[in-house]
Amino acid sequence: MNIFQDANRKQIANRRKMDWMLHILFVAATSVGVLALSALIIDILIDGVARLKPDLFTNFPSRRADGSGMKSALVGSIYMLLIMAPISFIFGVGAAIYLEEYAKKSRITRMIQLNISTLAGVPSIVYGILGLTLFVRLLSLDRSLIAGALTMTLLVLPIIIVSAQEAIRAVPKSRRDASFALGATKWQTVARSVMPSALPGVLTGVILAMSRAIGETAPLVMIGALTYVAFLPSGIKDSFTVIPIQVYNWLSKPQLEFKELAASGIIVLLALLLLMNFSAILLRNKYQKNV
Amino acid sequence: MLKKKGFKGILMLSMVVLLAFTAACGNSTNNGTKGSASNSPTNAATDDTVKLAGEIKIDGSSTVFPLTEAAAEEFNKLHKDVRVPVGVSGTGGGFKQFCKGEIAIADASRPIKDSEAADCKAAGIEYTDLSVAFDGLSVVVSKSNDFIDHLTVEELNKIFVTGSTVKTWKDVRDTFPAEPIVMFSPGADSGTYDYFNEAILDKAGIRNDKAISFSEDDNSLVQGVAGSKYGIGYFGFAYFEENQDKLKVVPVDAGKGAIEPTYETIKDGSYAPLSRPLFIYANNKELERPEVKEFVKYYINNIGQFADEVGYVALPDEQYAAEAAKIQ
Repeated sequence: MNIFQDANRKQIANRRKMDWMLHILFVAATSVGVLALSALIIDILIDGVARLKPDLFTNFPSRRADGSGMKSALVGSIYMLLIMAPISFIFGVGAAIYLEEYAKKSRITRMIQLNISTLAGVPSIVYGILGLTLFVRLLSLDRSLIAGALTMTLLVLPIIIVSAQEAIRAVPKSRRDASFALGATKWQTVARSVMPSALPGVLTGVILAMSRAIGETAPLVMIGALTYVAFLPSGIKDSFTVIPIQVYNWLSKPQLEFKELAASGIIVLLALLLLMNFSAILLRNKYQKNV
Repeated sequence: MLKKKGFKGILMLSMVVLLAFTAACGNSTNNGTKGSASNSPTNAATDDTVKLAGEIKIDGSSTVFPLTEAAAEEFNKLHKDVRVPVGVSGTGGGFKQFCKGEIAIADASRPIKDSEAADCKAAGIEYTDLSVAFDGLSVVVSKSNDFIDHLTVEELNKIFVTGSTVKTWKDVRDTFPAEPIVMFSPGADSGTYDYFNEAILDKAGIRNDKAISFSEDDNSLVQGVAGSKYGIGYFGFAYFEENQDKLKVVPVDAGKGAIEPTYETIKDGSYAPLSRPLFIYANNKELERPEVKEFVKYYINNIGQFADEVGYVALPDEQYAAEAAKIQ
């Protein structure tokens, strides 16, 4: 008896130790991310806060660091977002609804599914090259706001489709069955039963995809978003610039003062991202209450 | 009922926004044609009081960018309705767009290549080349480097050329320590690379192996050289000037004694072969537009004073006069 108990105790102690070690490991894993992020934020705040003046938002970029602003970049980013959001919502959620609700599970839909998942992981510069050939050259939209927004739409579409599909799939089958049992058509079921409860998830996915897009530089450099833009685009065929490109431009200048400007540009970008993610949470909470 | 409204509301909203933008698209194209129509009468009257409007697209070298940016910014203060967006696709990237007729002016840190000129010719694009300033390509080492006082062109060639077997500083000159050389160079798409390749390496190409790092961002080259005691790199004079506390410039000997890049030696041409002219190329057809012509004139007449401000070296006055004469 005694021998057994001792063995048990040892085993339990070992398991506890294991548990404790893994606990530490996971805490460490989490803190790496948190520490890196806070180091980045603190570093940037130290550099950039001094330049966070109204000038930054009301002035156009200038060769002199003093009085140089990011008005055109901020407005360019927001315009691009406004064009992208509806287009990518309609096409992304539409595709997700089709794939989840309408399409038969055949070899072809599986192929499409596989392609979409793959596209979600394609490096963004590839979309830039596609956008350059397709929108800028072939459709001769030139290096315009609309060409940029469409390229970015292509970039975020797979992400939106995948996340919307997941949200739709999470709706219990019983909801659809109940709707069909009452004699509803497919569209009625989708619009009144499935989508309302999938909407919080769908919207979160859309907004998170949007926040990826506003931080993205590579495809826009490729299609020719410009570096020095001292005007606001007045139509969708106008030239434009966005925040990350402005930040990159400031970083590549030899003068030290521009590094501070770049830091404050990053703060603005982070604030915008935070605002978007926050609104994603708000939206999700609002609609979850309704379901 | 509430739920239904939620989804459909968003769907409707996004449709409306989409429509609004499509409508805006129509508007802007209208504006475009109206703009060009109203431009034609100003063609006849060329006095300065005419209100200029339109867009002058510029792209190309990141080295020339600060100059063009300065000119665009100041020009904009005089002519509020002229838009001058400037991009930085690199000299090569700029010429590619220029010869497709996508931009009005190309910034270039080297003269146009024969192949690029052929592209332009094939597309029926005629152009005017204008020198705007000098840049002194500066060879730099870290401040902590205490053994280099100068390098000859042959030694630079030995260090950077394709297929070079130089590994340590001792391989370059016997009196140098036997420490491995760490090299930094701008990327192949930049005019700076091309110019160095031509002036120092006789177009043989820069080595591409473990010992060298390339970057399109001059600041990372600065950081790289500053951070390694046995490092060497080269880039535009402006980047050296702003980082004098971290870097030591290497005087270059091309057979007439070692000469350090300064405003004077770059301007009088004695800092050879690494002082290089910077250019803008203007599309002749675009030059017929009054706003483009006015901008280019403004550029040539004022760039001398901007050059000093952004770390480049102005051309002699008589050369600016000669350049200005090209665009009458």
